[in-house]
Amino acid sequence: MMSKINHSTTERVGVYVCHCGSNIAGVIDVEAVAQWAAEHLKDRGVVIARDYKFMCSSLGQELIEKDIQELGLTRVVVAACSPHLHEATFRVACQRAGLNPYLCELVSIREQASWVHTDKHAATEKAKAIVSGGVERVLHHTPLDPLHVPIHPATLVVGGGIAGIQAALEIADAGFPVYLVEREPSIGGHMAQFDKTFPTLDCAACILTPRMVSIGSHPNVTLMTWSEVTNVAGYVGNFTVTVKKKARYINTDLCTGCGICQEKCPKKVIDDTFEAGLGYRKAVYTPFPQAVPKYPVIDHVNCTYFQKGTCRACEKLCPTDAIDFNQEDEIVTLQVGNIVLATGYDLFDARRVAQYGYARLANVFTSIEFERLSNAAGPTNGNIVLRDGVTVPKTVGIIHCTGSRDRNFNNYCSAICCMQSLKFAHLVKERTGATVYNFYIDIRTTAKAYDEFYQRVLEEGAIFVRGRVAEVTDASRMPNEEGKLIIQVEDTLAGLQRRIPVDMVILSVGLEPRRDSHEVAKLFGISCSSDGWIIEKHPKLDPVATMTEGVFVAGCAQGPKDIPNSVAQGAAAAARVLGRIQQKEIALEPVRASVDESKCSGCRICNGLCPFNAIIFHEDRMVTEVNPALCQGCGTCVAACPAGAISGTVFSNEQIFAQMEGLLLHNIEHPPLTEGVLA
Amino acid sequence: MNDTFEPVIIGFTCNWCSYRAADLAGTARVKYPPNIRLIRLMCSGRLDPTFVLKALASGADGVLITGCHPGECHYLEQNYKTLRRYLMLRRVLTQMGIEPERIKLVWASAAEGVKLAQEITDMVEQIRALGPFKPRYPMPLNPSEVVEVQPVAERGTV
Repeated sequence: MMSKINHSTTERVGVYVCHCGSNIAGVIDVEAVAQWAAEHLKDRGVVIARDYKFMCSSLGQELIEKDIQELGLTRVVVAACSPHLHEATFRVACQRAGLNPYLCELVSIREQASWVHTDKHAATEKAKAIVSGGVERVLHHTPLDPLHVPIHPATLVVGGGIAGIQAALEIADAGFPVYLVEREPSIGGHMAQFDKTFPTLDCAACILTPRMVSIGSHPNVTLMTWSEVTNVAGYVGNFTVTVKKKARYINTDLCTGCGICQEKCPKKVIDDTFEAGLGYRKAVYTPFPQAVPKYPVIDHVNCTYFQKGTCRACEKLCPTDAIDFNQEDEIVTLQVGNIVLATGYDLFDARRVAQYGYARLANVFTSIEFERLSNAAGPTNGNIVLRDGVTVPKTVGIIHCTGSRDRNFNNYCSAICCMQSLKFAHLVKERTGATVYNFYIDIRTTAKAYDEFYQRVLEEGAIFVRGRVAEVTDASRMPNEEGKLIIQVEDTLAGLQRRIPVDMVILSVGLEPRRDSHEVAKLFGISCSSDGWIIEKHPKLDPVATMTEGVFVAGCAQGPKDIPNSVAQGAAAAARVLGRIQQKEIALEPVRASVDESKCSGCRICNGLCPFNAIIFHEDRMVTEVNPALCQGCGTCVAACPAGAISGTVFSNEQIFAQMEGLLLHNIEHPPLTEGVLA
Repeated sequence: MNDTFEPVIIGFTCNWCSYRAADLAGTARVKYPPNIRLIRLMCSGRLDPTFVLKALASGADGVLITGCHPGECHYLEQNYKTLRRYLMLRRVLTQMGIEPERIKLVWASAAEGVKLAQEITDMVEQIRALGPFKPRYPMPLNPSEVVEVQPVAERGTV
């Protein structure tokens, strides 16, 4: 005999076991689980136990609502999917029927049983135990009201690429203040570096710069470039964000953006950010002519004055005396209600694929280098030439999937490289008439008008070789290979090994998460996948929200994507934020700790445990109090209190103990302890 | 007996990481043995050490504690407190004559469904090897059932 829980109950519990089509019923005998609950949990208050095809359907919900009203249920247990999916659904159903939503418990027999176990019998027994745990737990639930938190109308957008720009503009246009923080001296992101955009081939600058100008002149946007977020405190509705505005050494109130300082600065620096190492900039610079804001930045690492103490040419020649060498970093504190992270991506470092020869063989280029080469505003004024700056290539090889879909580097598909490579093939053909080879694994042209573009490039005569390139080498074997780069590849369609001599190789490098994505995630209290992309709340149904309320994600920070998708996500994140702001407040789970002062001994053990400073000690009464406005509900203090004076709603000791007893004691298969052993 | 012994393990999961890892394991149909039953907490910091003792006293053969990786706690730093409690629990269990291997601490992020499933699988085998948990003297189920424990001298050999 098992030891029975000795407290009796007057509650009336309804148990609902979902088939989820065959997702649950395919493995678990759901009827048996419901029958078992009706029989064995009768003295635990279960008055009805049903199984149904889809509990989350409107008919399933109506079933619960009807039972609440007709059978007078006071507690509801639904055994179905994860609470992260449908807890809200069933709570709302209970509320409609007049039952406090927090008297409903959703237990997961899909993610935790039917989907992860193959032994049908064992999975069914486990489902029974899970249901039993849910029933015991729900008996200890209390009616609760959600907490209402006001939402500050301002929003922080981190990252001024196209996704961040879109998000900021949507929110600002709706009439709410936005702070846009960008690490670089100008907004624009990677898109500003591009020449043409696929598949329509409209010029990137032509469609991007008007947006950038709108940001720069929008009355609701506070633009903070050359700045970084250093700290984030607080929670949804009321974040306190600390931003470091790095010293520009330019007085932006006086600077007119005339550009004389850049013209006169004697110090030339290789621009490895915007020009991808192909061009030069000065020590005082704006990354590109259409930069927003128009104010330049003095790069103090390269500035002759900062390094040697003399020069000051810019200071002497500035017509408005805007140069200020004494400027220091400024720390700004912002109050915002929501945050949109649009921090973008970094490019795969092509040097890692040593056999492709990047940085060893002069005429191997990366995709971003080619973007700059082909850009009319780039270092070669749009002339596609070899590294010597004059020779026009006669044959060009474009290698797809460099660093992507490769278990040595990144397993994932970078999503944009196929289309980018096709665009390159078109541009090379159009501008040089060269023979173009594409080396691909698969061509992925899945979005609107993408495959048509592929067909167009095929018709233009670009040659496609299916196979992963083994090597790019300058070691010639044949006379026709002399002075060329030879691409060694297995043509998997022809079943041949090929050596193709070309003048120029373009590596279509993949996208990678920002190198500091893990630090950024930590800063904002969200998580990254093992690759480093920010994890969204739900990959399909909540793609721009994160696990942390009030923090949204847009663009490539969430995963590789093209411009249309980045813009769509930026707008989607803005829509979510605007929805919040319009509601003026948000309802949060009432998971909070509270102290029973009559039990508190004033030992102060809990005092040091709260990272949110929610625990206050009253010296006069020698008792501790939890400030519910600051408490985030982690429960660490509840667990630590030796007097049991602190309790936590939704996750009280009683609820957890009861769930544990349910999970263990009613387990038919394995009676936990025999009577002889147990007192 | 050990041939047919199926251990029962109670697993405590954090709402933000390991519970989601369990969800992910489900969505990805990663298989692990059915011997584990999970309890969701908001944070591994909610883990009162008595939960673990209570689970063992109530019939679990082992207890798995899971939380966010150090530095990734949703509540900033509470998983460090879990680590402290875990280390303390291992000592307490040892002093009580219980194998400390019956409890295990695993960090599992929301992306680590496969890792969590593997850790569960490993733990089930570990507990299976240890055998069923048999307390050496009666353990009270809840405070109202506390029995008066005899002084050690009078208890004789236990």
